Amino acid sequence: MKKFLLAVCVVLLAAGVSFGADVIRIGVVATVTGQNAFGGQLELEGMQLANKIYPEALGKKIELVVVDNKSDKVESATAASRLIENDKVAALIGPYGSGPTMAAGEVAEVAGIPLMGTACTNPLVTEGKKYIFRACFIDPFQGEAAANYAYKNLGYKKAAVLTDVASDYAVGLASFFKANFAKLGGAIVADLKYQSGDTDFTSQLTEIIGKEPDVLFIPAYFAEGAIIMKQGFELGAKFRFMGGDAMDNPEIVTLGGEAVEGFLHTTFAYDPTMPEMNAEAKAFTEAWKQEYPGKESNANAAMGYDSYVLLYQAILSAGKAEPQAIRDALENMKNVATVTGLTSFSAESHDPVKDAGIVEIKDGKKSYIYTINP
Amino acid sequence: MNLNMFVQHFINALGLGSLYGLIAIGYTMVYGILRLINFAHGDIFMLGAYFVFFATIQFKLPWEFGVSLAIAGATLCGLLVDRIAYRPLRSAPRISALISAIGVSFFLENLAIVMFTGMPRAVLQPPWLMKPILVGDVRLIPLGLMVPTISFVLVSGLLWIVYRTRPGLAMRSISHDIETTRLMGVSVDRIIALTFALGSALAALAGIMWALRYPRVEPFMGIFPGFKAFIAAVFGGIGSIPGAMVGGLALGFVEIMSVAFFPNLSGYKDAFAFVLLIVILLIRPTGLMGEKMEEKI
Repeated sequence: MKKFLLAVCVVLLAAGVSFGADVIRIGVVATVTGQNAFGGQLELEGMQLANKIYPEALGKKIELVVVDNKSDKVESATAASRLIENDKVAALIGPYGSGPTMAAGEVAEVAGIPLMGTACTNPLVTEGKKYIFRACFIDPFQGEAAANYAYKNLGYKKAAVLTDVASDYAVGLASFFKANFAKLGGAIVADLKYQSGDTDFTSQLTEIIGKEPDVLFIPAYFAEGAIIMKQGFELGAKFRFMGGDAMDNPEIVTLGGEAVEGFLHTTFAYDPTMPEMNAEAKAFTEAWKQEYPGKESNANAAMGYDSYVLLYQAILSAGKAEPQAIRDALENMKNVATVTGLTSFSAESHDPVKDAGIVEIKDGKKSYIYTINP
Repeated sequence: MNLNMFVQHFINALGLGSLYGLIAIGYTMVYGILRLINFAHGDIFMLGAYFVFFATIQFKLPWEFGVSLAIAGATLCGLLVDRIAYRPLRSAPRISALISAIGVSFFLENLAIVMFTGMPRAVLQPPWLMKPILVGDVRLIPLGLMVPTISFVLVSGLLWIVYRTRPGLAMRSISHDIETTRLMGVSVDRIIALTFALGSALAALAGIMWALRYPRVEPFMGIFPGFKAFIAAVFGGIGSIPGAMVGGLALGFVEIMSVAFFPNLSGYKDAFAFVLLIVILLIRPTGLMGEKMEEKI
């Protein structure tokens, strides 16, 4: 009996291996539960849409293997090892956010599996890494863009910042915003902190209100940012709120209500409300409408889509779906058209140079109002 | 800091502290009786918030009705947890019950992910609760005043039950000696179930008020408040009901006031709270109000 079971196992294993040869596996460290699920879910849907449009490469089917990271750094590393060791993926995408991507990236780098970051904007994500790439711009640019827009376009002279000290993304983006705003001649009148998981921001907000800034910059993730604005509104805040790409979400008005009216944030250069779209963006918008009727897309969905397309193109130009070959192909990638603009990588830089957009919440709706060129 | 700001901070702290206190009472009641740290308490809190979300947003029930339904639902869950996960382990070593509690906590969180999805959702805030009243430059939100009021009324009611009624007498008796109480003809399991029911109802109510104050529900929303409330219970002297309330208020005040007085150190507000906890426990190992063992219920 034991021998029979063993034989069955061997047969099943062999079948698994031979079956595996016909597919290219791309591992997705997805973020579909927890704090960052808002952005992570949209990213995953973007990837799945791209997978549907480009289902095959080199005559093989491309399969997305999805593991959730629960919005957690440690779980991200675990998910990445599981995808690499158990599922033998050729490349990885995700997860949402800089901190989790750094955790997953550490594992991918050691294992020699290329990882395409989606919306991880902290410069440290790719720094000194051979196998880590990203589809988005980085925070030194985003912070500068936000500071410029606040100071030059809106004429704000006094800014306050409220930062999550436990988030790599928030700490990085806050410091780039502060440095650029001060360089332009503006004053940072209040610089307060909180920690991921906090839900009460009334003490920090009361303090900030007392300093009377023109604008409060919150480099927060969406779920927290909406609560911060809501509490600010309840406390009678008169200043404008501004945020970064992590605040981009179609649900913002549902969660924030009238508190988010007038809110501005920087984002990746895509939004369904964008007045002028490139060809890729138009195609993406149409495909999204077909695939997810009634559901709004956003920049995160576009970044998920773009990340898949970049890996897909790399596999095509590499001519084989092997980690090392994909990595080399990515590094030589030049001007690939994606939804959020042309993407190029080089041996020196795994960070593409892309436009940033400004989105404003006007009359209870998101609208894309401005594009900032690097 | 001017007076207006101080008053505003004071009101914020009162709101946050009484919420911590309300959750802390559930920990302290169960601990007082069974010497069990009920880790699932924070998850009952989460379920209460979810139930009110489903009742009011998904099924469009009137708000008051939704709240009652949510409290009833969460109380039932608390009873089930006791019946399934704790009662069979009543005579087992205490550590087994503790492990069981941690297991229940993980189970409820993951069940919530499966049933409600992991996506955070927005909660309906009744407009009359949120319309600010201006007193000078201080903004009072009705909800912010309601939370401490409800908490104090409930604590008084609870103290009355524990010290003035027969089931309360039985509870206090169990906390001294469970076997002797049984010999006296008291149905120990029913009294313990009553304790869980009361604790869970309070957790659900705290969850509902929390969800109104910070209008978002998600499966992991109970972890942090539960953790903080547990600290508050230890702070006040675990086992003592007024102690839990005092501990909760103290924690709320330390968190808010440390930011108010040292805005540059706002990233360390939890560190302030924990340093104070350590200092208190060094001076009074049983917590602020946990001195006399016989007062524990």
